[in-house]
Amino acid sequence: MIHPYIPNAGPAARAAMLAEIGAPSVAEFYGDIPADLRLDRPLELPAPFLDEHGLVRHLNGLLARNTDTTRVLSFLGHGCYPHHVPAVCDEVNGRGEFLTAYAGEPYEDHGRFQALFEYVSMMGELLEMDVVNVPVYDGFQAAGTALRMAARYTGRRRVLVSGAVAPDKLSMIHDYLAPDLEVVLAPVADSGEIAEPALDHTFAALYLETPNVHGVIETRGRELAVLAHGVGALLVVGTDPISLGVLAPPASYGADLVCGDIQSLGMHQQYGGGQAGFIASRDEERLVAEFPSRLFGIAPTAVEGEYGFGDVFYDRTSFALREEGKEWVGTAAALWGITAGVYLALMGPQGMREIGETILARTRYAMQALASAGALVLNQEALHFREFTIEVPNADALLAALRGAGIFGGVRISPWRVLVCVTERHSIADIDTLAAAVKDALSVTGGTK
Amino acid sequence: MSSHGESFATLPVAPKPALRRFHQARWDEEIIFELSRPGRRGIGVPAPDAPLVELPEGIGRATPPALPELSQNQVVRHYLRLSQETLGADLNIDVGQGTCTMKYSPKVNDTFVRDPRIAELHPLQPEDTVQGVLEIYWRLEQILKEISGMTRVSLQPGAGSAAIYANLAMIRAYHASRGEAGQRDQVVTTMFSHPSNAACAKVAGYEVITLMPDADGYPDIEALRAAVGPRTAALLITNPEDTGIFNPRIREFVELIHAAGGLACYDQANANGILGITRARDAGFDLCHFNLHKTFSTPHACGGPAAGACGVSEALVPFLPGPVVDRDGESYTLNSPASPVGKIRPFLGVTPNVVRAYAWVMALGADGLREVAETAVLNNNYLLHKVLQIPGASVPWADKRRVEQVRYSWQELAEETGVHSEEIGIRAADFGVHYWTSHHPYVVPEPFTLEPTESYSREDLDEYAAILAQVATEARQDPEFVKNAPYNQTVHRIDATSLDDPAQWSPTWRAYCRKHRR
Repeated sequence: MIHPYIPNAGPAARAAMLAEIGAPSVAEFYGDIPADLRLDRPLELPAPFLDEHGLVRHLNGLLARNTDTTRVLSFLGHGCYPHHVPAVCDEVNGRGEFLTAYAGEPYEDHGRFQALFEYVSMMGELLEMDVVNVPVYDGFQAAGTALRMAARYTGRRRVLVSGAVAPDKLSMIHDYLAPDLEVVLAPVADSGEIAEPALDHTFAALYLETPNVHGVIETRGRELAVLAHGVGALLVVGTDPISLGVLAPPASYGADLVCGDIQSLGMHQQYGGGQAGFIASRDEERLVAEFPSRLFGIAPTAVEGEYGFGDVFYDRTSFALREEGKEWVGTAAALWGITAGVYLALMGPQGMREIGETILARTRYAMQALASAGALVLNQEALHFREFTIEVPNADALLAALRGAGIFGGVRISPWRVLVCVTERHSIADIDTLAAAVKDALSVTGGTK
Repeated sequence: MSSHGESFATLPVAPKPALRRFHQARWDEEIIFELSRPGRRGIGVPAPDAPLVELPEGIGRATPPALPELSQNQVVRHYLRLSQETLGADLNIDVGQGTCTMKYSPKVNDTFVRDPRIAELHPLQPEDTVQGVLEIYWRLEQILKEISGMTRVSLQPGAGSAAIYANLAMIRAYHASRGEAGQRDQVVTTMFSHPSNAACAKVAGYEVITLMPDADGYPDIEALRAAVGPRTAALLITNPEDTGIFNPRIREFVELIHAAGGLACYDQANANGILGITRARDAGFDLCHFNLHKTFSTPHACGGPAAGACGVSEALVPFLPGPVVDRDGESYTLNSPASPVGKIRPFLGVTPNVVRAYAWVMALGADGLREVAETAVLNNNYLLHKVLQIPGASVPWADKRRVEQVRYSWQELAEETGVHSEEIGIRAADFGVHYWTSHHPYVVPEPFTLEPTESYSREDLDEYAAILAQVATEARQDPEFVKNAPYNQTVHRIDATSLDDPAQWSPTWRAYCRKHRR
């Protein structure tokens, strides 16, 4: 069989092409590979499915062993969030033209450049910042790079990072900065917000997140910006853009760099495959010079009224300068950027405000409902967005009991603590179902610790 | 009316011209902000059915974001126009983006990742509810172990450069475990390896030493001999390099590094031509990486999401970033062994592309992968044969064999006509194809890089070569015509000068409006 993916497979095509080249065999082309480096046997791989239906059956058999979050009531978040994905997002990112494009020029790929330019432009409006990058891999990478940018900008070697950051993310930031920068952790106050940070003139940046890993909204942004700027450090803020229809954009209280993950903006959870990172700054030449990522800009063409696009300040990237460029740039998560652009275009200012209001309201409702159900809700007086922490005598026992009721109750973040996530997808009835199940479970396994 | 029909039926239709009369879509589409009208909206959102939360001043947003306001069908139409103005691999003979391995990405594999049983999985679900996806991770790891000869493979990195970085993080941790982290502060790479090898090494804290090609086009082994020593942490090298030439002395390179106490790391981003032919571990490499979006067919997605896979030998297994998937009888578990290397990315990896890559291998099997490799190499040599018949085109080190791609040169044509490689590329696009020069710096003068993969037919390759021949002819007959291209694109020649001028550059619409539309 000529394999359906390989038009020139098979002896006839091969013989004709070899004849035209004047080569005796394909083996001839491998002549520079020494004999002792050749694999002298076929690869030992599973037998393939040469008909498409057989492949579909095989994959369906594997997928049948997954229970997805549309079949249970899931309150899992902690970096990957169950927001509604508008059908138009899937329609656009499923288009073969976008899905299979790569690195063409801004002529034959004009649409790719425009869609990404519009994504960064809509993010710019949400963030009130003039410079936003083409996506990096994820929010972890965005934070690591934003902190490296701050260090290069200030010429300093230490960064102060809020302790209210996810442990995996802290681990990545620490490793990413380790070769030449020191990460100092800033304690978290009893309020759930960052404590008074001990900054001095050796620090390049203060990094905090809002909402933070526990869903707490930081309320002292302006004060912290003044503090950071007072010692010549930058304020770097991690945020989830889905909160910015209702929360003040960090730039409005003085953030110099803002970063985060855009998975919330139209990407399915995909077992963690929907992550993509953004970094934003003001339009200051010295800051722009520190971006490793591609920045797409608008430019005139030979025809009046026609928009062209291209790379802004390309000669700062590793594509242009190898190790002399800023960190590195490469394939990352562009299609998720285009998708987030579609999401923001659908939502508009009204949609972003409404979704923010709904999430804020339901988060508070869920905190009250779980407190009434007998769970200890931490930092109940603090403002929360989308996530909050409950403390129980035994997190594993609680989650197991909820599982029995068809509920993924949240993410276990310690033997006693569970992080609960509520989005616009969770109705009041869903939250009441959770609260009732928590009440039942705690009556069996024990109430407030 | 019927007489018209009859007369059409008898009209002979002339054969199509040799070259396609392509024109890219040109919708003259507005920037999305220009389509906005107050009050329109693209989607409804669940209303806040619990009491609203009042936010204090300074915490709540003071003014609504100036996002565009469009109806849903307007959003669809706008983005479909932009997608039409994008030349995806599905649409073209995508052999011109050399080093990118633009192969067919099977449609059936997209159906698996849109299935809610992948799309709607949360990465922190209980293990017993994600056995299917864990099994796919495990199975793909077994496949990549066999293809590379390595002991274990991590599928965590988000793309190829992230995989290079992950390998460097493991290299750093390995030397640290032996008390040599401070001493081993140099990484050696080659000029024809991807720039990310050099750039990631710098980020990981290393001084970078770059080997230039020798008179035969191979990385200079004498320069390597001079470079290695007690400060050497690793060699990061690709083979065949961007030239398409396989370095037959690769084992000597590896042995030189090992003799100096360093690790050998194989950039296998472009492994397409050697699948089942030769393996990283068999040449002595300690680490390697694959790009699932290249060799293993996952779509390039305008530049990601992609996926990287890091393979390591036994000695490096303790340094793999966690978690890894292990099999225990019939069940699969996530384990996070105590590795000094922390997370490279959130969660387990770019799951949809792990699923697609697995499905691609399962549609081919061992024989199929060998057919992929051999056909990719056959296609490359066929295209080489065709391109060398075009006056003005050449290959450096012409006496050397080529594997799956070739870096060519238009130097002769440029000297004769004054037309440069980039300009030839822009004109070639007028016939509906991509074209790529080379990474910087241009070691090969007036470079262009073609990689036909196994996905294109002989007729496709003939068409691509005919396009290049046509543009070369045009360059001789009327150089200005080529220099003023494009003619058949969405937009005309772009004036890029503002993009490097801080006073003028406009990386967002708001910056553009502030600077240019006061």
